Amino acid sequence: MSHDPTDAPALDQRVHFYQVGSFAVGNRLLNADDRTVQSSAQRTNSIDSGHRACQGCGEALGARYALDAAMRATNGRLLAVNATGCLEVFSTPYPETSWRIPWLHSLFGNAPAVATGVSAAMRVKGREDVRVVAQAGDGGTVDIGFGTLSGMFERNDDVLFICYDNEGYMNTGVQRSAATPPAARTATTDVVGDEPGNPFGQGKDLPRIAMAHDIPYVATATVADLHDLERKVERAMSLRGARYLHVFVPCPLGWGAASNETIHLARLAQSTGLFPVFEAERGVVTNVLPIRRWSPVEEYLTLQRRYAHLVGPRGRPDIVARLQAIADANVVRYGLLPDERNDGEDD
Amino acid sequence: MLRQLEGSRAIAETVALCRPEVVCAYPISPQTHIIEAIGRMVKDGSLAPCEFINVESEFAAMSVSIGASAAGARAYTATASQGLLFMIEAVYNAAGLGLPIVMTLANRAIGAPINIWNDHSDAMAVRDTGWIQLFAETNQEAADLHVQAFRLAEELSVPVMVCMDGFILTHAVEGVDLLDQATVDRFLPPYEPRQVLDPDDPVSIGAMVGPEAFEEVRYLAHLRQLDALDQIPVIADAFAELTGRASGGLVHPYRTADADTIVVAMGSVLGTIKDAVDRRREAGDRVGVLGITSFRPFPIAAVRRALSGARRVVVIEKAFSLGMGGVLATDVSMATLGSTAVLSTVVAGLGGRPIPRRSVEETIERAGRDQLTPLSFLDLDDGIIERERGRMARTRRSGPFAENVLRDLRQAKEGRP
Repeated sequence: MSHDPTDAPALDQRVHFYQVGSFAVGNRLLNADDRTVQSSAQRTNSIDSGHRACQGCGEALGARYALDAAMRATNGRLLAVNATGCLEVFSTPYPETSWRIPWLHSLFGNAPAVATGVSAAMRVKGREDVRVVAQAGDGGTVDIGFGTLSGMFERNDDVLFICYDNEGYMNTGVQRSAATPPAARTATTDVVGDEPGNPFGQGKDLPRIAMAHDIPYVATATVADLHDLERKVERAMSLRGARYLHVFVPCPLGWGAASNETIHLARLAQSTGLFPVFEAERGVVTNVLPIRRWSPVEEYLTLQRRYAHLVGPRGRPDIVARLQAIADANVVRYGLLPDERNDGEDD
Repeated sequence: MLRQLEGSRAIAETVALCRPEVVCAYPISPQTHIIEAIGRMVKDGSLAPCEFINVESEFAAMSVSIGASAAGARAYTATASQGLLFMIEAVYNAAGLGLPIVMTLANRAIGAPINIWNDHSDAMAVRDTGWIQLFAETNQEAADLHVQAFRLAEELSVPVMVCMDGFILTHAVEGVDLLDQATVDRFLPPYEPRQVLDPDDPVSIGAMVGPEAFEEVRYLAHLRQLDALDQIPVIADAFAELTGRASGGLVHPYRTADADTIVVAMGSVLGTIKDAVDRRREAGDRVGVLGITSFRPFPIAAVRRALSGARRVVVIEKAFSLGMGGVLATDVSMATLGSTAVLSTVVAGLGGRPIPRRSVEETIERAGRDQLTPLSFLDLDDGIIERERGRMARTRRSGPFAENVLRDLRQAKEGRP
């Protein structure tokens, strides 16, 4: 798939191929083949409307695009396994269900193993056309589900595992997970003491841990670039074996952000370098989404109450500088700015 | 045809005859020989089609089984002791979802102190999970129960655990008559799931259920256990008709008809107890044994019938509830409610402690003289207990008590004070 504007309909006038301000590429400017699955009447609505996600939920958006893309890629032959968490709870209070695809929820920490079992059942029955997706939030992935996920990777079971990372245990009331960033306020990392919010630890970078298993495919994505997310799901479904997709999904409730800022925050996470967006195959990075318009982390922090103690007149510029250093290190590690930074070229 | 087989080998070959489609393996003594043998059969192609999956924990073993079963595959795994505890969340989940997984439990003690030998603490820890729990007396019965377990599980959509005493059965070599493939195929039809993940007919399995329906959902699961009380004898009869063997069923009474003292127990210790009963019978005592095969569901009516003529009921069990007493005995007391029979519990065989016939005989004699206390521990070394209790009373920092007991034992052996 290409984003080359020369593929787009020829236009005489000079136009922006993106929304002014957001820099999002409009769907109608793309070739029909490149358009989102959501623009098609044939989309499956894997998660149908009527569920109980919060307004502006990044996870609901990410899951909808990921699963509909997976349904398109597998010609509708898809089974989904779900860990306990927001996605499971908001989609299925009995007897209603938002799922239009076969869907199984077992426990919090075992979605990868359950998916292994589903995949094994399909293989033993000679129904390998039916594919398996497992999904969890960051808690179900980097914390309680970590053991079973690593086992699934190590055996290279034929499962696409999608982590919707909103950086905390939001379903239980915004507690810290191993994916919670340093300095962020959660209910278990309060804004008190010398090191307010979540302490600076070593981090637990699951995409890189996944890569260390040398599995066929690892990718990250955000809900700010849904075409990129869909393309990665399609790439993942074109491969066999253990695949891992880590999707950054802002949580208005847990982050203390306006619900209309979800896409904006996801974009800032990428354009600051805090959340590098890339693809890797067999342990080697094959593709990096470059930062189009670099932003300092403060721009990202300012929009979220979980960082309110860091910014403003009584803020902590020293801590902001440490977060900026993390973003800068990512920029270097992944080569996110191939050229020099070009802050705000042509608004 | 009788073959001299290790118990684990007999189970592995029998499970293979049941055509499992997904088998998960995680090693823990004393069940390891079972999954090792199945793994070899899958690898050499003699068990096919079957996916054999080496997982990273027992929690994963049960979780993979859940996924496989929900996707319509016949799923099997085996575990014991700590392994069962490590998977317990998934054990509840499998039953809650109504997935007919079959699992062998090679009964073993639970630590601390760590102990790999046999008792029934592991099985008791999961008695409330919603699994059917069948206890085997011999390796022949253990093998036969597995064939019955798959049929029972799949007819009712309930998981079944076949409990067999670790080492005492799993590692014992004795004559076992295994069925042939044609016989098992006649007895066990292919798995037809009640619910299945199917792209052509999408359903949601495992939805959240609130207070408005949870009680009903749980009650339906209870009713399926009660259905099992009807089905277990039916399946055992069908099995007996096909094989001529009286394996399975709810209970196995032995010389109970005119007995005024009846010993109740589960598992391999029944053999020892029967020997002891035979000797007491020779001495003129009117004694019998009631073996419980189905611990869950607990066959209250069948137990009540079998115990109806007894003046004394002695429950010998290989587990107990600390701070309370017998677990099996508590269930048996539900069956003796309203009767005048005196119920006593004898805890025995913990952590692999041998249960000698002579000790059982003495217990029966004492019961006959109405000298059994409501709760006693077979062959308990009172001296060891007193020494450690004294040490704890004298010294605040008396140290780890399991290690103290071992030191006392060694010193006693070496003749030191």
